[in-house]
Amino acid sequence: MQMVDTLLSTQDLVAPVRDPVLTVRDLTMHYRTRQGWVSAVDNVSFTLHRGESLGLVGESGCGKTSIAISLMRLLPDNARILSGEIWLGDEELLSLSAAEMLRVRWKGIAMVFQAAMNSLDPVYRVGEQIVEALQTHFPTMRVAQARARVGELFQLVGLDPVLMDRYPHEFSGGMRQRAVIAMALSCKPAVIIADEPTTALDVIVQDHILKELRVIQEQLDMGMIYISHDIAVIAEVSDRIAVMYAGRMAELTDGESLFHRPLHPYTAALMGAFPSIKGPKRELTTLPGEPPDLLCPPPGCRFHPRCPRATECCLSRRPPFEERFPGHYVACWHPLEVRNGG
Amino acid sequence: MADAMTIQRTPVAEPLWRIRLRLAGKSFANSWQLFRENPIGLIGLGIIVLFGLLSLAHPILMATVWDARTYDPIIGYDAAILSHPSPPSARHLLGTDPIGRDVLSQLMYSARWEFGLGLLAATVSVVLSTTVGAVAAYFGGLVDTIFMRIADVMTMLPFIAILVVLSALFDFQLIHLALVYGILVGFGGQTIVIKSQALTIKVKPYIDAARVAGGGDWHIIFTHMFPNLMPLAFLYMMITVTGAVFIEAALSFFGLLNIRMSWGIMINTAQASGYLLAGPGYLHLMIPAGLAITLFCSAFYLVGRALDEVVNPRLRRR
Amino acid sequence: MEDSKLVRVEGLRKWFPLGRGLFERNQSAIHAVDGVNFTIEAGRSLGLVGESGCGKTTTGRLLTRLETPTAGHIYMDDPALGAVDLAALKGKQLKMFRKRVQFIFQDPYESLNPRRTVYDTVAEPLVVQGNRALVEREERVAQLLETVGLTPASSFMFRFPHELSGGQRQRVAIARALIIEPAFVAADEPTSMLDVSIRTGVMQLMLELADRLGVSYLYITHDLAVARYMCQEIAVMYLGKIVEQAEAEELLANPLHPYTRALLSAVPIPDPRYRRKTIEISGDVSRPIDPPSQCRFYERCPVREERCATNEHPPLEDKGAGHFVACYLV
Repeated sequence: MQMVDTLLSTQDLVAPVRDPVLTVRDLTMHYRTRQGWVSAVDNVSFTLHRGESLGLVGESGCGKTSIAISLMRLLPDNARILSGEIWLGDEELLSLSAAEMLRVRWKGIAMVFQAAMNSLDPVYRVGEQIVEALQTHFPTMRVAQARARVGELFQLVGLDPVLMDRYPHEFSGGMRQRAVIAMALSCKPAVIIADEPTTALDVIVQDHILKELRVIQEQLDMGMIYISHDIAVIAEVSDRIAVMYAGRMAELTDGESLFHRPLHPYTAALMGAFPSIKGPKRELTTLPGEPPDLLCPPPGCRFHPRCPRATECCLSRRPPFEERFPGHYVACWHPLEVRNGG
Repeated sequence: MADAMTIQRTPVAEPLWRIRLRLAGKSFANSWQLFRENPIGLIGLGIIVLFGLLSLAHPILMATVWDARTYDPIIGYDAAILSHPSPPSARHLLGTDPIGRDVLSQLMYSARWEFGLGLLAATVSVVLSTTVGAVAAYFGGLVDTIFMRIADVMTMLPFIAILVVLSALFDFQLIHLALVYGILVGFGGQTIVIKSQALTIKVKPYIDAARVAGGGDWHIIFTHMFPNLMPLAFLYMMITVTGAVFIEAALSFFGLLNIRMSWGIMINTAQASGYLLAGPGYLHLMIPAGLAITLFCSAFYLVGRALDEVVNPRLRRR
Repeated sequence: MEDSKLVRVEGLRKWFPLGRGLFERNQSAIHAVDGVNFTIEAGRSLGLVGESGCGKTTTGRLLTRLETPTAGHIYMDDPALGAVDLAALKGKQLKMFRKRVQFIFQDPYESLNPRRTVYDTVAEPLVVQGNRALVEREERVAQLLETVGLTPASSFMFRFPHELSGGQRQRVAIARALIIEPAFVAADEPTSMLDVSIRTGVMQLMLELADRLGVSYLYITHDLAVARYMCQEIAVMYLGKIVEQAEAEELLANPLHPYTRALLSAVPIPDPRYRRKTIEISGDVSRPIDPPSQCRFYERCPVREERCATNEHPPLEDKGAGHFVACYLV
C-alpha cells in the first residue's frame, strides 16, 4: 500500500483564466450593535471566473462570512451595505429589488452555510426540502420531475437516492453535509459559496467531500467561493486564494504564489502558524496581540498593531489594494521581498 | 518546582473584600443599565416605589396630621359625618367605609402588610426551590425522582382549597399564609423550572473543572450552581409576590383569613355590608382596594418581565 | 514501577450501558474505551489521536477520574507512595490524588464560571485542597497569571470571563490547571476553538510550561499535525482501542496500521504543490455498540483478510524500537 505524493511543477498549477462570472467592486458593509457600528467589510473587490475555485481565508471576524451573506443579500436586520457593486453575469445584484433577488438567489448564486447540518428542517424529509426549493424556483416543475432531479443530485454528491425519503436525524454528519450541498446545487447556480463546509467533520469524511466538491464543480462548470480558516484545506481546494484581515482583503493571488511567494506579512504569519505532518518539524510563528475590534478599528492599515514591518505611514494611510505582479494583488506599504521572481 | 515559579510578583494592594464589593457594585450598575432600557421595568419599579412611599407615609401621617380616633384604619370612626359610608370629601380623600373608617388610611396601612407578605412568601419559595432544584439536578437518581414527584403533587394541589381548609382549622394569619404559600409554590412548579436550569449548569465544563480540582458535591452546589441560579430565582421572587398578594386578596374577600386589615378585607367589608354592587355612589369602597391589588401585582410582574431580559441575554434586542 | 514511568494504563475499559431497567439481562453497552494500555514517562507527552467517537476524550476523562473506569488500572507514580492505582481510589484519597492530575478543557467559553472572577477560578484548586492561607493564595495566583502571560497580573485578577478573549480565557484555564503543581495534565483539544493566530501562542505556552515545570501532557486531538508539534509520542485510537503507538516522527514517517495510513493520507497539506493520494476506506465511523469479537477495523479495512474476522481483535505488539501496532498483517 504505497502512499504516493507527487510534487507538481509551477506549470501544472496555473489554470487558464476564463470569463468572469462574478465581479465584486468596493463592497462595504457594517453591522449596528448596541455599542455602535462594526465595520465588517471594507472596500473589498475581487473577480470570480467561470469554473474557478476562489478560497477566502482568514480568522474569525475577518469578514469572510459577511461577504458571503452580502453576496446572497441575506443580511440580518442590523446590517447595511454601504456601497459597492456585485455583478453576477450582467445583473448588478445590489440594485435589484427584494422580489427580483428572490429569483436570482439559488438559481444564480447559492450558498452552503456554516454548520449546514443545522439548516435542514428536522420535521421534514430531506428529499421534500429539496423538492420545495426546486418548485419555488421552477413553478412549472411537477413533483415527479423534481424528485427525479433530487435523485440525480443525490448521486452527484455521493448519496444513495433511497435516502431521499429519510429524515435528517437519520443521516450522519457527513451525509447531512452532502445533502445540504445537493440542495445548494439543485437549481444549477452559476456560483456556489461554501462557508466552512467541512469544519465539523472528521478528516476522512472531509477528504471525501472536498474531492466530491471539486468533481461537481468541474462537471457543472460552476464558480465556487470556498470559505475557511484552515489554510491546508484552502490550499487543496482553491485555484486562487484571497486572504482577509479585519474586514479588508490583504492579498489575492493563485495558490502557488501565495504559499511560496507571499507578499503580505499577515499571509506569511498565517501560514507559519499551521503545523504540518510533512517536512521537518519546525517552529511556528506567533503573532503578538489579537485581531482588532471592528467597532473602532486601527487607522491606516488595520494590521499595523501586530505587523513586524510597520512604519509611520502604515499608521495613518490605508495601503491600496493593487496588482504588484501579474495576477498578484496585495494591500501593503512594505510587502515581503519576492525571492525567485514573479 | 518552586524555583521555576519565582518571578517578579506584583502584590495586590487592596484587601479582597473591598475589591469584591467594588466588583459587585460594578456588576449591579451594569444590570441596572440593562434594566433601565426597558420602559416596562421602569413603570413597574415606579409603581413599587409609589407603594413604598405610601406605606412609609402612613405612620408619619398618623403621628402628625391625622387624628388617631378618626383616621385609624381599623378602629377609627368619624363621628362628624352622619351617614357612613360617605363619598370622597375634603376630610376623607377616598371617603369612608360602612363602619366609618377612612378608606385612604386603610389603603396606606395595608401596603406594608402586603409588602411583608409578598416578600416573605417570595423568600421562602425561592430558598426552597433553588435548594431543592439544585440538589435534585446535581444528584439525580433517587433523590431527583423523590423531589420531582413531590413537586408534581404540589403543582397539582388546588391552592385555594387547601388554604380554605387550613384557615378553617387554624387561626390563619398573614405570616402563616406567607409560609404556606411559599412552601406550596416553592416546592411545586418553581422547583421544576429551576431544576431544569440547574441541569444545564451541571453539564458545563467548569463544573467538571471544579471536580477535577478536588471539589466535593456541596462545594460545587454552593460555589457554582447557586450563583448561576440566582438570576432566575430572583425573577421568580417577583412572580411569587404577585401570586401571594392575589391569593391573600381572594381569601380575604371570602372572609377566610383572620386578619384585621388588608386590601382584600376592604373589599370584603364592602361586600359583607351589601355595598359591593350598590351603584356609582359606592365605588370608592372597592375601586381603590381593587386598583391597589391590580397595580401592586402588575408592578411586580412588570419588574419580573424586565428582569427576564437582564437575566436571559437572548431576549434582548440587539 | 520503573523510575521514569509516570503513568501506566493497563486494560482500561469504560462501557456506557444503553437501554433502561436494572433488571435487563443482556444490556447493550457502548464500548467507549475497550482495553487500552499505554505508558507516559515523566517529562514526556503523549498525543492521543483519532476521529470523533474513538474514545480519546473518554480516556482523558478516565485518567482524571471525571469518569469511573468499568475495569482496568491507572497506575500513577507518587514520590512518597510509589505506584498508586488511580482507578481504585475513593473519597479522601482520591481528593488528595487530584493534586497530581489536572485537566484542560476544549471550550474556553464554557470552562470558566461566568459569575466568578479570574482570581476565584484560578484559586479554586487551592481553596478546595484547603492548604493555603489567603495572602499566600493571592500571591500564588498572581505568580501563575504572570507565568501564563497575563501580565500585569493585578489587572487581570479581578476580571470576569466575559471581559476576556478566547485566548486569554484558555490561559486562565491553564493557570488553574497548574496552580497545584500537578505532574500530569490531560488536555482535550485546548486550541481547537481558538483563532489560528492565537493558537500558536497557547501551544507554545504549553510546551514552555512542560519544559519548565516538568509536566507531562496527554494531548487529545483529532489533528495529527498538532499532535506532532506538541508531543514526543503519538497513539492512534479507533473505536475504543489503540491501534498504533510510536514516537511522533516515526509514526508519521513510517505508519504501519492501515487505519493510520488512511488517516495520514487524508490530512490536507498546506502547500498547493503537493498532490496527495488518499487511501480509500469506505463507510463512516460507527459507534462501538457491542462490537463483535474481531478486528475493530475489519469493516472498513482496505487490506483485510479472512483471519482478521475469525480471530479476536489483534493485540498491540512491539514491532521494533518501541513502535506498537495492533494488526495481523504487519
